[in-house]
Amino acid sequence: MATTPATTPRRGWRRLPVVHQLRQSVGLQRGMLIAGLVLTGLLVLTALIAPLLAPYGYNQLRDADGPFGAQQPPSAEHWLGTTVGGFDVLSRVIYGSRTALLVMVIAIAASLVIGVLLGLVSGYFGGWLDRVLVVAADAIYAFPSLLLAIVLAIVISGGQSSMWGGVLAAALSITVVFTPQYLRVVRAETIRIKSEAFVESARVIGASNGRIMTKHVLRNATRTLPLIITLNASEAVLTLAGLGFLGFGIEPTKAAEWGYDLNRAIADVTSGIWWTSVFPGVAIVLSVLGITLVGESLNDLADPRLRTRRASADVQGDVAATSVVPGGALTVPGGLEGLEPGTEAAR
Amino acid sequence: MTARTDTMPHRGATAEPVVEITDLSVSFATDAGNVRAVDGVSLTVAAGEVLAVVGESGSGKSVTAKTLLGLLPSTATTRGAVVLSSRDGAVRSDVVALDRSALREVRGRDAAMVFQEPSTALNPVYPIGWQIIEGLRSHQKISRSDARAKAVDILRRVGIPDPERRIDHYPHQFSGGQKQRIVIAQALVLDPGVIIADEPTTALDVTVQAEILDLLRRCRDEFGAAIVLITHNMGVVADLADRVAVMYQGKIVEQAPVRDLFGAPQHEYTRSLLDAVPRIGSGGAHARARAAARPAGWAEQTPVVEAKDLEIVYPGRLRQPGFRAVDKVSLAIRPGEVVGLVGESGSGKTTIGRAIAGLTRVTGGSLQVLGLEMNGVRERALRPVRPRIGFVFQDPATSFNPLLTIAECVAEPLVVHGRARDARAARARVDELLESAQLPRSYGDRFPHELSGGQRQRASLARALALDPELLIADEPTSALDVSVQARVLELFSELQEQLGFACLFISHDLAVVDLLADRIAVLHRGRLVEEGTGEQVLGSPREEYTQRLLASLPVPDPDEQARRREAWRALA
Repeated sequence: MATTPATTPRRGWRRLPVVHQLRQSVGLQRGMLIAGLVLTGLLVLTALIAPLLAPYGYNQLRDADGPFGAQQPPSAEHWLGTTVGGFDVLSRVIYGSRTALLVMVIAIAASLVIGVLLGLVSGYFGGWLDRVLVVAADAIYAFPSLLLAIVLAIVISGGQSSMWGGVLAAALSITVVFTPQYLRVVRAETIRIKSEAFVESARVIGASNGRIMTKHVLRNATRTLPLIITLNASEAVLTLAGLGFLGFGIEPTKAAEWGYDLNRAIADVTSGIWWTSVFPGVAIVLSVLGITLVGESLNDLADPRLRTRRASADVQGDVAATSVVPGGALTVPGGLEGLEPGTEAAR
Repeated sequence: MTARTDTMPHRGATAEPVVEITDLSVSFATDAGNVRAVDGVSLTVAAGEVLAVVGESGSGKSVTAKTLLGLLPSTATTRGAVVLSSRDGAVRSDVVALDRSALREVRGRDAAMVFQEPSTALNPVYPIGWQIIEGLRSHQKISRSDARAKAVDILRRVGIPDPERRIDHYPHQFSGGQKQRIVIAQALVLDPGVIIADEPTTALDVTVQAEILDLLRRCRDEFGAAIVLITHNMGVVADLADRVAVMYQGKIVEQAPVRDLFGAPQHEYTRSLLDAVPRIGSGGAHARARAAARPAGWAEQTPVVEAKDLEIVYPGRLRQPGFRAVDKVSLAIRPGEVVGLVGESGSGKTTIGRAIAGLTRVTGGSLQVLGLEMNGVRERALRPVRPRIGFVFQDPATSFNPLLTIAECVAEPLVVHGRARDARAARARVDELLESAQLPRSYGDRFPHELSGGQRQRASLARALALDPELLIADEPTSALDVSVQARVLELFSELQEQLGFACLFISHDLAVVDLLADRIAVLHRGRLVEEGTGEQVLGSPREEYTQRLLASLPVPDPDEQARRREAWRALA
């Protein structure tokens, strides 16, 4: 944005999604958005500097003083205790954010690219291609998404468990589930925009389909995407945790994963060992909550009817801001120059 | 403020006023800060009086009307007093200070509203009778059968034929004009002291408009209701109003009885507003002068557009016949000629314009555009012809890509046809075009939403003329604009046409606007070409019955003249 000031003089960082919404929000909606942004920011930050934060490695079983021991309660050495497998809970929770973020980014990037592209083509050209794509999308909707994810996880990883295999399996299975959502949204927007006068005017000018699609339709069809991205990100975390919980996740020696740790902690719960399940669980809840809060408040802020504004205490404001004689054909009170500065000069 | 006190004796002027607005101010909280829409307005409406509130968009007239019923959104802050009196004068209530339940009492009983768009004011899933009865039963203790009888009665009185049967029909089974009658019936059924009509005829065709205006007049004469008429159309004001209040920038600049206002407007703004209204018969001299200046042999030149028995049928649903939008129309536009295409909604005028631009497929007959046969044309064959055709769209708000600057939008045709590498390289030509459309160069860096409607439409004209087209199609280019802005755009249009000499198809529903510009006028009705000729022939002495009716329905901004025309219209109907 900042590199092209000549063409976009009035659009700095303030016009970016999220930043723009943050500036226009007030009251409870602002609180929700800030809370969401803080939680999401924490998740990203933790993932980025995990090695600095974590006291041990995610697959470390012993240090200089010997093995950690299994199911140790929280102590000075292990703030959040150790798991049944003898791993440090805190380290695994921290490293788990990396896996979650990685899956989220890959899943969203892949489904965004595929879904937007297909949605654009489907909505713009219509016809049999559109019908086939929509039916395929509906068919995917009909499957339980977790079942689909399990099948794909098995297909992709081939039963092997490696970090990238596990991450890709989770991410791509989520991609398959999410792509129809992007396709539908972008397709609906494209169909709406296609009949707008500015697209027709581009057609009258003689612009090619490719140019119309990229320059005129796509850029106007991305309005609702930030919202779906945030909601999908939280779903991605949940699906990953679900896969891990069902045992289709990543081996503890390859990467840390919250769902897998929860699965291992089932037996602990009944024997009063709470620390192995609570902390990974809290991590999942907080990351999903953070992202969902961002998404929900973006949704509310995008709709002028849901957006709250600071009410004015008394009648105030500038009349001239709304009521001008726009074309200025008239010799209006105060003269044309007063209403449309510069117009007179151009004549 | 040059408001005059009203000294003219009126019907019912001696009675208590039904509406008394004192020093009303309204402001809205918006994303861009607080905006004041109404600024110290004081008005009174006497019983049985029609008060017209006129003004252009943004003048605060609709906000004033909505305040009467407490219909403002929660972002609004109101100050001042709006006192409504009930019919018998027993209850006087200040709408601004009322709570919700008291407000509900007042709505319908003391004041009712007629909205602009009848098709959205009625709930599509309920029969119309149900909707009228609901209003009745929420205000009065009345049995179901009595309420139904009352609803049938009111429907008959507003002119719905066969009301006993039609009361159970749904809104979509009525035409636009009938729907507006039903909305009026809904307002009348509780016998309110005042009816607020917010642009009641703007969404309707002129012939229907004349009927609805007639009905509103009967609301006053037969039902004794006072009417607050919100409108921008000076012809409607002249037709219906007893007294007029002119609003500008949230203030009332002039209040006068209708004859005084049209005869001797006091305020500068009122005068210029009246001057800006196009009148029929004003374009005759202009067209004659243009015809005289044409070189010999001009009439024999190959037409730019030639339609022969043109047919356009929109495909129907399964097993249903298609809709014939254009039916055997023959029309020619010669080089440098402005042809006005007039018709009501559904007459096929826009479809013809779109077919010429290659946006709609021709399904029968022949349509030659710049030597190319459009019946069965392929996009590839059309491309070389595209730069020779310009198109101006109706709604300036949607005809620009909101994410591109005005300069980028205007440069688009130049870039697409390879006259410039990108928008920046085309800037010099774009500046030139903007200046020819009387816009400052600096406006090129603005985004479309930062321009007003009139400015956007001028930019749209600049874009259409970027490639020096031989043919320009203007599809209702001024119908979304205020009169004053319209006057300016039309003037610019006419100047540019004279300079550049392009042929033009000017599509409009407004006879007066077409008369102002066109060399020849073609009247369409239900897809057929009814009448064609010069403005003087078609508008001066129309041969066809439809054209006569169309002409008689058009209200003119002069109360006495309009009263005469109304009689003529009654005779025709």
